[in-house]
Amino acid sequence: MKSVWKVTFLLGMTSSLVAAEKPDVQAIVNKANIVAYYQGKDGKATVKMKITNKQGQERTREFNILRKDVKDGGDQKYFVYFQRPADVRKMVYLVDKHTDKDRDDDRWLYMPGLDLVKRIAASDKRTSFVGSDFLYEDISGRSLDDDTHELIQATDKLFVVKNVPKEPDSVEFGHYNVSIDTKTYVPMKMEFYDKKGTLYKTIESTKIETIQGFPTVVKSVVSNLQTASKTEMEFGKVEYDINLNDSIFTERYLRRPPREAIR
Amino acid sequence: MISCRGATKLSVIAAIAAVLLPAAVQASEENAGESFFSELPVEMHGFYEMRGGYRLRKDKYEKDMSIMENRFQLDLYSYLDWGDIRFKGDAYGDLVTEKGYFDMREANIFLRPLDYMDLKAGRQILTWGTGDLIFINDLFPKDWQSFFIGRDTEYLKAPSDAAKVSLFGDEANLDIVYTPRFDHDRFISGERISYWNSNLGRLAGQDAIVHTDKPNEWFGDSEIAGRLYKNIENYELAFYGYRGYWKSPGGQTPTRSQATFPDLNVYGTSLRGSVGKGIGNVEFGYYESADDQSGRNALVNNSEMRYLIGYTQEIARDLTMGVQYYLEQMLDYGRYKNSLISGPARDEYRHLTTLRLTKLLMNQNLRCSLFTYYSPSDKDVYMRPNINYKVSDNLAVEAGANVFFGDYPHTFFGQFQNNTNIYTGLRYSF
Repeated sequence: MKSVWKVTFLLGMTSSLVAAEKPDVQAIVNKANIVAYYQGKDGKATVKMKITNKQGQERTREFNILRKDVKDGGDQKYFVYFQRPADVRKMVYLVDKHTDKDRDDDRWLYMPGLDLVKRIAASDKRTSFVGSDFLYEDISGRSLDDDTHELIQATDKLFVVKNVPKEPDSVEFGHYNVSIDTKTYVPMKMEFYDKKGTLYKTIESTKIETIQGFPTVVKSVVSNLQTASKTEMEFGKVEYDINLNDSIFTERYLRRPPREAIR
Repeated sequence: MISCRGATKLSVIAAIAAVLLPAAVQASEENAGESFFSELPVEMHGFYEMRGGYRLRKDKYEKDMSIMENRFQLDLYSYLDWGDIRFKGDAYGDLVTEKGYFDMREANIFLRPLDYMDLKAGRQILTWGTGDLIFINDLFPKDWQSFFIGRDTEYLKAPSDAAKVSLFGDEANLDIVYTPRFDHDRFISGERISYWNSNLGRLAGQDAIVHTDKPNEWFGDSEIAGRLYKNIENYELAFYGYRGYWKSPGGQTPTRSQATFPDLNVYGTSLRGSVGKGIGNVEFGYYESADDQSGRNALVNNSEMRYLIGYTQEIARDLTMGVQYYLEQMLDYGRYKNSLISGPARDEYRHLTTLRLTKLLMNQNLRCSLFTYYSPSDKDVYMRPNINYKVSDNLAVEAGANVFFGDYPHTFFGQFQNNTNIYTGLRYSF
């Protein structure tokens, strides 16, 4: 009798899983986008990057990042305070990220040696972030509206979504696939294919931790198969919902960073 | 000039020590048994740099060597509960002047006494305004000599001994900078860079070093600069005011033996924000030469209007282009011309354009840049090519040039033709 119950229970579970296995692809990418870039209403982290080129030469980047969401899944503000290497130490990079199709992000750079607040005229989001294999868009998130999404595979563990750019001429890739964890909705792997369909770049989430209840990628690595270079990125001191004030993302704090960013 | 800088430096250190000392005593009382210094989170950084360069043309008034120096910068920074303390100083040995120098770049404290107020006092680098290597409302001291001989661009800004009070409000923000004793530019004096000497009617250099009669009295010869600014949907609007002196010599004593820094008031405004795919900026300033309101005094600069419009855009991946158009208009030109004592007259309008091209290569480790000033009215050009390569996280090498040419020997950049130089440098940062 007991085993019959067990079987029924398991079947029930399975059927509910089956029902859940045909989710709307838009719902999946929306949820994954929130998990990857919008956990909590704000947050901070210390980021270490190790860039290794084909010859094995290593370069490091270390910066603290503060983030505040203006709207979940929408506009965000980023405050990036550089600590390493020494020549960029104390530089601050401020981003007002806009997800509207026609609006470029507003970006500022503070150069402490000159006490100069500079406006950055960079409209191309597919450029390298601080010389690493991560692109600006890999860090701040690519707008979901820029691609069409198709669920090409769904297993117990992963949803695989194929993303095709709506404006192919604006990007260097042909399409990319994202493997999303079905339970946490953390994007576990991104695979970029060139216009001929050859895989040339992967981004993998290699370590996930649950911090304040939020599944968080604390280690990821980009491998560029064409240039044989790779960048490992590690997040430390991650905190969410720290009540960052809006004023932090203004010129006042650009010129004199808040303690949250320095420590 | 060096000795006066030294005196200022000492007084700043004294002022900071006076502020620090009671705090140190207080801190040690609070943390009985613990050393004050062990509580101090001091960040220590800096760099060591070697830089050398030569003139490409024979200049009979200056040495062939344009720059040859070893420089060590130490940057100490500490943040405490009540504020931040910063010291940044350069010690360098200069083979051109055959002297050693200590240049205190920063020595200041930062306090936030109120939620809506910041205060920074002491020696500091100050910058505002929207121009790219063109300054209208930024009347903080510049070091043109360092700029022209090929030091890092950072050295274009000379430090101020000042107090900066910033007030932040919902409607707008206000910065007030009070400099108790006039801080002039490190201007072209003939010491390192030859120049057009209008009294002699020829180029001159070490044979005719510019001597100055400068406003030098503490609190009596002070400067005050203000900026009222607001960010409106990421368009940055600012209004500026300045009361002080021409920052580089703007006049002469009646005997014409010394250069002077006549009174100057400046009122201006600027706007910066995104335009199309790039960033646009406009800036304007009215330079009121207060010692010569009528424009009749031949020994004092005319009043001027200065206008700037600029645009920067990323034109290809990791390639940025910036263009600017700048206009200087003399306001009492007829009177200036009638009272002119010697030398060719300036034009009423000086038109200047600039072009900046910056390309990043090799994972942004190689930066190639070219900044060009071209004046169609003065018919002169100043080009600043530079290549900088980051060999590793700590080590960078660079090479560049300062190239001047012009049709006339007396124009703004044309006068520096014989100072055309190339340089190379190596910097280890820690």
